[in-house]
This record gives sequence, C-alpha cells and structure tokens, in this order.
Amino acid sequence: MTAILEMREIGKTFPGVKALDNVNLVVQEGEIHAIVGENGAGKSTLMKVLSGVYPHGTYEGEIHFRGEERRFRDIADSEKLGIIIIHQELALVPLLSIAENIFLGNEPSRFGVVDRSEVFRRARDLLAKVGLDEAPTTLVTDIGVGKQQLVEIAKALAKEVRLLILDEPTAALNEKDSEALLRLLLEFKAQGITSILISHKLNEIEKVADAITVLRDGSTVETLDCRKAAISQDRIIQGMVGRSMANLYPERLPEIGPPVLEVKDWSVYHPLHPERQVSKNLNFEVRKGEIVGIAGLMGAGRTEFAMSLFGRAWGQKITGKVFLHGKEVDVSTINKAIAHGLAYVTEDRKSLGLLLNEDIRKNVTLANLKGVSKGGVIDDMGELKVASDYRAKLRIRCSDVYQESVNLSGGNQQKVVLSKWLFSGPEVLILDEPTRGIDVGAKYEIYTIIQALADQGKAVVVISSEMPELLGISDRIYVMNEGSFVGEFLAAEASQERIMRAIMQAQQGVAS
Amino acid sequence: MSSSLPLTDPGLQPSRSWKNYLKNNMRDYGMLLSLFAIMIFFQIVTDGTLLKPLNLTNLVLQNSYIVIMALGMLLVIVAGHIDLSVGSVAGFIGGLAAVMIVEWSVPPALAVLLCLVAGGLIGAAQGSFVAYFKIPSFIVTLAGMLVFKGLALALLHGQSVGPFPPTFQALSSGFIPDILQVGTLKVTSLAIGILAALAMVYVSFTSRLRQQQHHVETDPAGFFILKNALLFAVIVYFTYLLASYRGMPNVFIIMFVLIAIYAFVTSRMTVGRRIYALGGNEKAARLSGIRTERLTFLTFVNMGVLAALAGLVFAARLNTATPKAGLGFELDVIAACFIGGASAYGGVGTVMGAVIGAFIMGVMNNGMSILGIGIDYQQVIKGLVLLAAVFVDVYNKRK
Repeated sequence: MTAILEMREIGKTFPGVKALDNVNLVVQEGEIHAIVGENGAGKSTLMKVLSGVYPHGTYEGEIHFRGEERRFRDIADSEKLGIIIIHQELALVPLLSIAENIFLGNEPSRFGVVDRSEVFRRARDLLAKVGLDEAPTTLVTDIGVGKQQLVEIAKALAKEVRLLILDEPTAALNEKDSEALLRLLLEFKAQGITSILISHKLNEIEKVADAITVLRDGSTVETLDCRKAAISQDRIIQGMVGRSMANLYPERLPEIGPPVLEVKDWSVYHPLHPERQVSKNLNFEVRKGEIVGIAGLMGAGRTEFAMSLFGRAWGQKITGKVFLHGKEVDVSTINKAIAHGLAYVTEDRKSLGLLLNEDIRKNVTLANLKGVSKGGVIDDMGELKVASDYRAKLRIRCSDVYQESVNLSGGNQQKVVLSKWLFSGPEVLILDEPTRGIDVGAKYEIYTIIQALADQGKAVVVISSEMPELLGISDRIYVMNEGSFVGEFLAAEASQERIMRAIMQAQQGVAS
Repeated sequence: MSSSLPLTDPGLQPSRSWKNYLKNNMRDYGMLLSLFAIMIFFQIVTDGTLLKPLNLTNLVLQNSYIVIMALGMLLVIVAGHIDLSVGSVAGFIGGLAAVMIVEWSVPPALAVLLCLVAGGLIGAAQGSFVAYFKIPSFIVTLAGMLVFKGLALALLHGQSVGPFPPTFQALSSGFIPDILQVGTLKVTSLAIGILAALAMVYVSFTSRLRQQQHHVETDPAGFFILKNALLFAVIVYFTYLLASYRGMPNVFIIMFVLIAIYAFVTSRMTVGRRIYALGGNEKAARLSGIRTERLTFLTFVNMGVLAALAGLVFAARLNTATPKAGLGFELDVIAACFIGGASAYGGVGTVMGAVIGAFIMGVMNNGMSILGIGIDYQQVIKGLVLLAAVFVDVYNKRK
C-alpha cells in the first residue's frame, strides 16, 4: 500500500482564529478515507488547503501528492493533478443542460467551437458510469438534488480524477439516493479511484470507510483503521467530542421563572419546495431567566424554526400557536414579533444582520427607531447617547460610534447586532450561532453578555453547532434532527455523547 | 481603519487639525467646490455672461424641473432602484394639464392637483410591480417610459397644445410680487434671500451648540465660521443677482422648499433612515422590522408625484405642452444623482449631492450653450463628466 496523499503539519490561521493546527492526514492509494469532526473542527478548511482554494504560502505545512511535494496556487492547479472536490453546495448552473454542466470550463472543442456531438457522446458515457438515467440535454434545474449530486460526480469524472473529495455529499439526499451514492463510491474504489468522504452521518461512514481521521478543534486527534477491526460509531463519537472544557464558559447560578414563550405544534414548509416540511409539529418553551440551547447538525432545521417563529421571516404554510406569558399572541409579521418582545439575532450577521456601510449608531437603533424619535423626527443626540451607552455596556471596540460597521472585527460586529436587538427591548432573545467566526476571547465576552441577559430575567434561546458551547452556557437543551426535536436534556444530564447519540438514533430511525 | 482600534472615549479625543478635517470631509465639500470651480470657469470663459442676472434667472428656471425630479430619483436610487420613466411621465403629465386646462377649461388649481394625483397613481402602478411583484425596476420603468411617451403622443394627437392661462404660467415663469422697489432692485426677493441665509446660519449654529453639549466632535471653530460666512455671502449674493433682474421666480421658492424638506426627511426622519437601510441591506432591514415592500412602493409614488410636478413646471415654462416634452430628462436626473455621489448599488447618496449634481449639469449645459458649443459635443462632455465624477468617487473609496 502506498500513500497517494500526505498532508504534514498543516496549520492555517485566520485573523484572530487558529482554524487548523498541526493537522496530519495520510490517505492510501485506492481507499475511501473518511474525515469526521464536529462543525467547526476544520474539515472544510483542510479540504480548501488541499484543493488550493487557500494557495501555498497562506498555510503552514506541506502537501505531498503522488510522491512529490505540491504547492498549489489555485484550484486549477490541483485539478490538473486529478484532485477534484465536490462541495456541499453544488456548483451547477441550473439553466444549462446536464451535458453542458459536465463539461463546463472543460468543453471538448476545436478552435473555440464546442464539439457538440463529442460533448453528448462523452456525457452519455459518464452518465452511464454514475448510473444516472437522464438525457444529457435535460436541464439541471429539472432534476432532483440526488441526481444533481450525480451530475457533479460525472463532472469530476470528466476531468481525469485521481482523488475525489466529497464534502457532505448526502446531506441533502434522501435515504435511497444516499445508498446509491455510497454504492457508487464503492464502485469507484474497485476501479482504483481514491476518495475522501466528509460526512456527519456516521452510519454511512461505518459502511464504506477504510480509514477514518478524526479532527477536533482544528487538530487531528487520531486516524482509525477500519480494515483491521470494525470501528463502532460510539468509538468515533468519543474521538470527536473528548475535550476538556475547563474555564471556557463563565460560571452562573440560574434563577428560572415561569414560561415566557411557548410554541405549540409548530409546522413550517420550505418556501421553494412546498412539499418539504422543515419544522415538524414542534413544541417548545423557554422560561424567564433561562438559557435554552438547540443542538443539531447543519441542516437540522434550527435556523428555519427560529426564523419562521420570528414574524414568519422564513418558510410557508406556517401553522401552530405561540404563547407569551400564557397568552396566545399573533407574531405573523416581523413587526408584530418585535412588538411582542421577540428578537432574532441572525447567524449571518454580514448579510442579514448589519448595514455594513452605515455606522454603529445607525445599526444600533435600526430595529427601534421609535425609541429615538418623536413624530418621525430622529433625536440625533438621543440616538448618539443610546449608541454610546451600548458601546460602553457591551464593550464594543471602536474609535467612536460613527465608525462604519464594516471596519469592525467579527466579535465587535456581533456586539453591534446584539445592541440593536437589546435596544428593541425584547423579552425573548433568539441567538443563532452567536459566536460563529469570533475569536476565543470575544466568545467569552459574548457568553458573559448572554448570561447577564438571562440573569436580568430575559428568556434566551441559543442555537449553536458547537456542542461544547451549548453545554457550557445552556440550562436546558433541545436536540433537533430533520425538523423534529429528538431529545431534551437538562444541563446536568446533557453530554455531547448523549446529544450525538440522540441524533444518530433518530437518523437511523428515519433510515429504517 | 483596522479592527484593533484602541478604546477611546468620545469627547476626550484631541481635536483634529484643519488639514485632517478637510481630508475626512473632502467628499462632502468636494462636490460643492467642484460646482463653484465649474461656475467660476464658465464665468471667466463666457466673459461674465454666466452670472448676469438674466442668465442666472434662466439657469434656475431651466434646471428647476431637473432638480425637482432629482429629489425623488435620489430616494429611488438610495432604495436600490432606478426610474427610467420620469421624463416620459413628466411629458405625459404636461400634456394632461394642457388638455384639461386648455381643451376642457378645468380651473388651473384643480388641474394641478389632479395632475399631481395622476403622477402619484403612475408611481403607485410602477411601484407595485417593483415592490410587490418583484419585477426589476429597470424593466418596469423602461416599460413605463415607452408607455407614457406613447400616451403623451396619443393624448396630444401629436400636436402642441397651448397656450396656458397666466395663472398656470405663473407656476414657472412668475416672480414673487414685490411690495417695495428701490430702483430696479426687488427688495422683497432680496429680503427673503437674506432671511433664508440667516435661518441657515442659525440652524447650523444651534445644532453645533447642541453637539458640543453632548461632546460630539464638531468642525474646528475657525472652519465653522468661515464656512457659514461663505455660505451666507454666496446666498445673499445670488439672491441679490436675482433681485436685480425680476426677483425670485416662483419655481425657485418651490424648489428651495422641496430641497429643504427632502434634506430634512432623508437626514433626520425615521422614514429617511429606513430608506437608506433598505438600500444598504434589504434583508437586514426587513429582519429589523422595516416594511421593505411598502417603503419601496412609497418611494415610487413619491417619484411619480415629483415627476408630475416637474412636468407641470416644464409645461408652464414653455407655455405649451408638446409630445416631445420630457424627452431625455431621465438621463439628466439620473446623472445628477450619480454625480452627486449616490451609489448604483443603493444605500448611499444625499439630497444636497443630487441637487449640486443637477446644478453642475445645468451650469455646464448653460455655459456651453453660451460658448456656442454644439449639442453634439455638449453631450460628449457631459458624458465624460459623469464618468469622471463616479470614477473619482469609486477610486477614492477603494483607497
């Protein structure tokens, strides 16, 4: 057995965050190598280093591929050597045909004129190889996600692939399509193609992987060899979560009161796919002074639930009841939701949370302009005072409140968004990934703010993909999987293993 | 600016030097200085014709309808849209007014009111396609441009309709009546100008005081005095020039009041703030409880009303409605906003910028005509000025 790929002591630093630190990965020729880790463990970053998205020189360490050290400048460089990556978000052009997509940027042509018969002949061969029974002329938009995934793979095969990297290939697929895709991987293996499979679905990994590398907090924990002995899912989970959690979270003694927000039988459908139910009859409550966490893997439907609750900002055919302090309320528009004391702090602060080209002051007052105006005229000095107060309270680091928010660091931007929602006077704060893309020091500050809010009697909901974070700050945790709550734990009884197990059991329940 | 700025307390900052201050506020004053530079340039090359009272009065009259429409266009552009139909709408409304007043003998005041309502309805129709049916404004208003150009032709049967009764003409070519007259000087007009200049100085002085009370960094004192003195002098001088001809045109008053209202609405009122938020980041604005669709709709209604007003002013000035009225106005109006620093991506732009942009275009039109430059090269030069202004803006931002 020879190693086709060796990544040695890879390190990658983003401003304020060490995303990868001393990662070692050895992939043998002809195997299916799985990479697992929690969200944010560094899997995608590692693959971006490998494929040249982050060019040589922007990371530390060495990449050896087929016996030589490689220094990729961009994706084209790595593709030339047959390293093909298929991203989680498919990169297909919806309004072009399958054949055109397969050869996009790689068209068989003579003097710039596309050889259409060659395109269709080769497309047909490739489609047969991946087992997709569709005409090459069919538009990509007209086929389902599962088939689109196969088109992506056919596209990779059109390029002389030696190492196929699949990032969460089955995340959006149903059970049948996932099965077919896994079978395809095994077939490729028989033909001698090496693959790297990144997946959260441990049962799939158990089925097909020859070796498993576990990442945690940007470092390799271990590489497990499945050829010697079968590796159990529990064993993998243990590797993924075993970390010390001392002192990352502030201490707090919660004082929990009566329920503030109760949601009953909440059901939401996807805005574009009306048959897809994204929240499935959810029942949920959060109490005064309580921090409730919602755990789940990416795509579990947590953000969708939160946004649908917040004035139906997401989804369609929304049904269910919302109670505040025991009384049913109408939160069918964002304005009504805000008026009833709901606030939703988005996971995507740059595109959904901030006015990037406006200053801190205007961002802080945006959700409650009435609070700084009389008869529609803004009291500019009052506004200044409000913004300055929040700047001091939340320790927003800036030259003054007239600084544009685009120039702030991630942590300070998050504090601006938090200020905005605090100034709207909420009783229930829903924080979606409140520490995403924020460095460790600022995270601690955000946790302190969240806890202070709960101590002031606000009801706080935290959605996070970082399980240690949820365990560190929540008083109670709901576990969500595919739009349903599949577990609920008090802080004392919650652990990463229990949460993971709840998710895995639910996924297998769905599978069988 | 870096993200690691030290924590400083507002009010404890050392006051910046003049040079620093000018550098930071170059964008604001740069436009005004460019306008003055262009005026001085044409004043010299036209041997002083540009600022002759007669010509200055004409300049104001010629540009009033562009300025009026630029106020509405600025809001549309800040909200992240565009309106290509304003020229055609203005022409159509001018025709409508002519048909109502001249052919149907509707009283001018009623006709004006009906025309403004019609403009609002046109804006509402286009706005609802843009806001509620999510059709790109470029396409909706391109369609509107064709529709209203055609309707104007149909309404006027391809002919000019006029003349208007004097009461209607007064909307544009009338001058405010003079009570006292000293020689040829229209004292009332001059007095209004001086009062307006005093009011402006007073407002900027009180707002400076308030800012200082709240420890907000203000302009350096010397600079503040110089700026206000200059502004005062310029306003008084221009009204003096107007007063020494026939006084202030009525439309000048209309324009001035509208500018003041829109400047206030955009900078100090919640609705203005919301329009900037909508254009800056529509999704974030929506999630902050702003009713983005209704707001978009209203900016188009507002644009329709102002386009109608501009159409009335233009028809009153020509004293006739022609099917070709309003042709190409949209280009001057849009150019005025972009020269004035509005961003094509939305969220950025000021009323004063758009007004100055409109006057830069107007002074150039007027000056080049006096110089006898043909309409052909006038267009070339105007196009290049637009490109250069936006280029400088984008280039400065990138630095």
